[in-house]
Amino acid sequence: MASLSRTFRIQKRDFTNAGNASISVKKLLKSLNLSACVIRKVSICGYEGEMNVVMHAATDGILAFELTEKKIFLTVSDEGPGIEDIETAMQKGYSTASDEFREMGFGAGMGLHNIRENADSLHIDSTLGAGTVIRMEFNPGG
Amino acid sequence: MELSQIAHILEARFLACERLKSEEITKAGASDLLSDVLAADAENALLLTGIQTIQMVKTCNIAGIGAVILIRGKVPDHDVIELAEEEGLPLLSTGLSMFIACGRLYQQGIQGLKHAR
Ligand SMILES: Nc1ncnc2c1ncn2[C@@H]1O[C@H](COP(=O)(O)OP(=O)(O)OP(=O)(O)O)[C@@H](O)[C@H]1O
Ligand SMILES: [Mg+2]
Repeated sequence: MASLSRTFRIQKRDFTNAGNASISVKKLLKSLNLSACVIRKVSICGYEGEMNVVMHAATDGILAFELTEKKIFLTVSDEGPGIEDIETAMQKGYSTASDEFREMGFGAGMGLHNIRENADSLHIDSTLGAGTVIRMEFNPGG
Repeated sequence: MELSQIAHILEARFLACERLKSEEITKAGASDLLSDVLAADAENALLLTGIQTIQMVKTCNIAGIGAVILIRGKVPDHDVIELAEEEGLPLLSTGLSMFIACGRLYQQGIQGLKHAR
């Protein structure tokens, strides 16, 4: 089976289109008849990553999806400002979201925690000033 | 319980997807924090919320929420209602407060997420 890949642009602060990349990925996964559990895990991780770029990044970002025979790869990246302390940012409840974002329903400080709970493998690279790359992997069978 | 019965208990009216009024709902959750909705296993659950943004509808899509009740008479902008309609997400509005709406449903046997009582 050939691998299947898609990339989506994520625009910072664009709350009208925020989430559309992940919803497209979810639709794609549904059309491929993957299990409900896999679809759920991948789409939650994509959405949390995408929303973080919209809310917290100073630049636009990219959501990249790839399905191979053995794995699903999902990568969300942006070019700044980066996360100062990843362990702190991962803690449940930690959030620097502004009141404006809280009024929209964001800022629970649960996004990175949800990603950690749902991804089968997770690597976060973040450098202040250079940006953040979140690499996630999933087993398409489970 | 059918969604139409829930609408009756909450004196709620449909804003979108009334055609799905016979959908079965067994569990419900209440939150104004969208990531909390994604953290819970809310597949097919009813969500009671005061958040009426377009992101609420998209979060419900990702979380697989079965239907949404907006509390305290909230009615979102037209584009929010339209998106809910497009995505097949039943959207209802009740004049009740969060506390009273949750209390009525609990009393009528609706369970919490993970079927907690
Ligand atoms: N791409 C990013 N660039 C810069 N900072 C980020 C990025 N993603 C997350 N952060 C930082 O990590 C914190 C925690 O992120 P997390 O997704 O867990 O919570 P949140 O986005 O604040 O709220 P929620 O996801 O619950 O709506 C953020 O408040 C922000 O300070
Ligand atoms: Mg987040």
